[in-house]
Amino acid sequence: MTQVSDTVQQAPEVVGGPPGEPPSGVMRLLRDVGALLVRQREATVFIVVVLLIIYFGFISSVGRSAFFTKVDLINLSQVASQIIILALGEVMLLICGEIDLSVGFIYQLAPFIMYFLIADYHVPALLAIVIALLSGVVIGWVNGFLTVALGLPSFIATLGTGFVINGIVLTISHAEQVDIPKSALSLGQWIGQDAWSEITWAVILTIIFHILLTRTRWGLHTVATGGNQLGAREAGVSVARIKYGNFMLSGLLGSLVGLQVAFQTSIIDPTAGGYTPMFYAVAAAVIGGTAMLGGSGTIIGAFLGGIMLAVLTIGFSVIGISANPLPIVFGGAILIAMIANVQLSRLRERGRA
Amino acid sequence: MTEQQQDAAVLPSADNDVLRVEHISKKYGAVTALVDVNMHLQRGEVLGLIGDNGAGKSTLLKILCGFQPPTTGRIILEGQEVTIKSVAQARALGIDAVYQDLALVNQLTVYHNMFLNREPVRWPLLRNKAMKKLSREHLDDMGVRIPSVDAQVAKLSGGQRQAIAVARSVYSDAKILLLDEPLAAMGVKEGAIILDLVNRLKKQGNVSIIIIAHNYGQVLEVCDRVNLLQGGRITLDKLSRETSAQELTDLVVAEYRKALLERQRAEGQRSA
Repeated sequence: MTQVSDTVQQAPEVVGGPPGEPPSGVMRLLRDVGALLVRQREATVFIVVVLLIIYFGFISSVGRSAFFTKVDLINLSQVASQIIILALGEVMLLICGEIDLSVGFIYQLAPFIMYFLIADYHVPALLAIVIALLSGVVIGWVNGFLTVALGLPSFIATLGTGFVINGIVLTISHAEQVDIPKSALSLGQWIGQDAWSEITWAVILTIIFHILLTRTRWGLHTVATGGNQLGAREAGVSVARIKYGNFMLSGLLGSLVGLQVAFQTSIIDPTAGGYTPMFYAVAAAVIGGTAMLGGSGTIIGAFLGGIMLAVLTIGFSVIGISANPLPIVFGGAILIAMIANVQLSRLRERGRA
Repeated sequence: MTEQQQDAAVLPSADNDVLRVEHISKKYGAVTALVDVNMHLQRGEVLGLIGDNGAGKSTLLKILCGFQPPTTGRIILEGQEVTIKSVAQARALGIDAVYQDLALVNQLTVYHNMFLNREPVRWPLLRNKAMKKLSREHLDDMGVRIPSVDAQVAKLSGGQRQAIAVARSVYSDAKILLLDEPLAAMGVKEGAIILDLVNRLKKQGNVSIIIIAHNYGQVLEVCDRVNLLQGGRITLDKLSRETSAQELTDLVVAEYRKALLERQRAEGQRSA
């Protein structure tokens, strides 16, 4: 409070004062917030997320149901955590200059692997789940092999593997849904069956990946690989290992999400996954400030980007608007985020000069 | 000038060579890039390797830093013959090449670049504070002035970036530094940062430096000795104070005239 009155008293002096004079409380606050927005991409996304939540909360409280019902929040968290977990892998790959388009099909395949191992081969549930998770790692390795060893652009390599996996899933499942084997149900609680388990995974994994990216050699070398591949190699960084590893991480996350969704819906669906969740994940990464050209990106940004896309998805259904125009909003959000990123980085450049 | 003469006076004797290149030739199919090149580098010496484009400078550089093997000839490092098969091996032997704009990762901070791939770790985390402290100390030691070791490399000038790359090589115990065109595309002020750094390293005397350049003026100031490469041969080996930019230019122009005349004569014979 005293600060405000100070401001009022000082205001005329500041306006007329010499240019070198430090600005007063409110002005300083505004300037600091402005500087933060310019400096931290995550801050911009965070504010947009908060505004969206307030907007949808306000609209829905005037009209029908409240936005913040428990069911809404559960839906929101489940939609968000899918996007977020896939985005974590995509951020690491985008930073080191690659992309994984196949991750949505890894998601499709993993629960079927678990199902057939248990139903046809009587493998214990825990082992079946572990093998299902590892299937994503193996496909990630194949993506790495195609990209690193055979030199295909990852966009093409993972487009190919994605189609192949999709075909395998449709073939082995005869394009029919199956139920989760009973023996796996108790473990499923931890993976995705419990209402809040997915968002818990998403938050824990976000923290782990944030530390991985910003505080470990792996993260540093991932940035170096995408920022200056030749220079990184010159310094002795094993660029190939970084790329293989990040493809395998992305695959692991893909199979985890696949299992989560299967447990959450109690059904293994051959049409689940695919390109849509993958593109949502890439969109979340980009909205959060990850560069498509490699060398920079943030995990926290991708987390907020995932929340933002989920708030839009759930928000529209809560306030009772048809879901049909939703892609328009999504497209707009991606474009606005990109325009903001480009403009803000221009501002940053200018601030530097 | 007097300072340079003093430096030259205390140069160690010829048998104190840290590196000797003997009878090195390099052929790419029918093209001969290097012909019987003999070169030596003394401990703590700064040698300028000068030549026009296509004279064989980069071929020699590639051979020394392990990018490609010579067709014939030997490399003797501190009295022992060595075969350098890879860049990593060259680095392990203490030979490190610094390329402009290639060495650093722009998106990383100065201290992360200083320690790239040699980061101290308290598993699983990077020891950022230690890296910052050591980088600052080392850069101060080398007289490299930058706003902050926290700065992203992208925000620094070309001269500062290259100074950091050189400082990094020195810090990784390089004994022989190969600077490839360190002054190309650099203003006078920027170039001065590098020349100051080289001078300081010369005074400390722990590293020997080969500067590869096609611009003689600035290089002559800082080098103890220059070798001129022309058409894959070393045609001049003189102490810097015994030659001048004028002499080097004259030699290069004479070579160019000779080549031109030869070509005209060849064309004359063909048309006749």
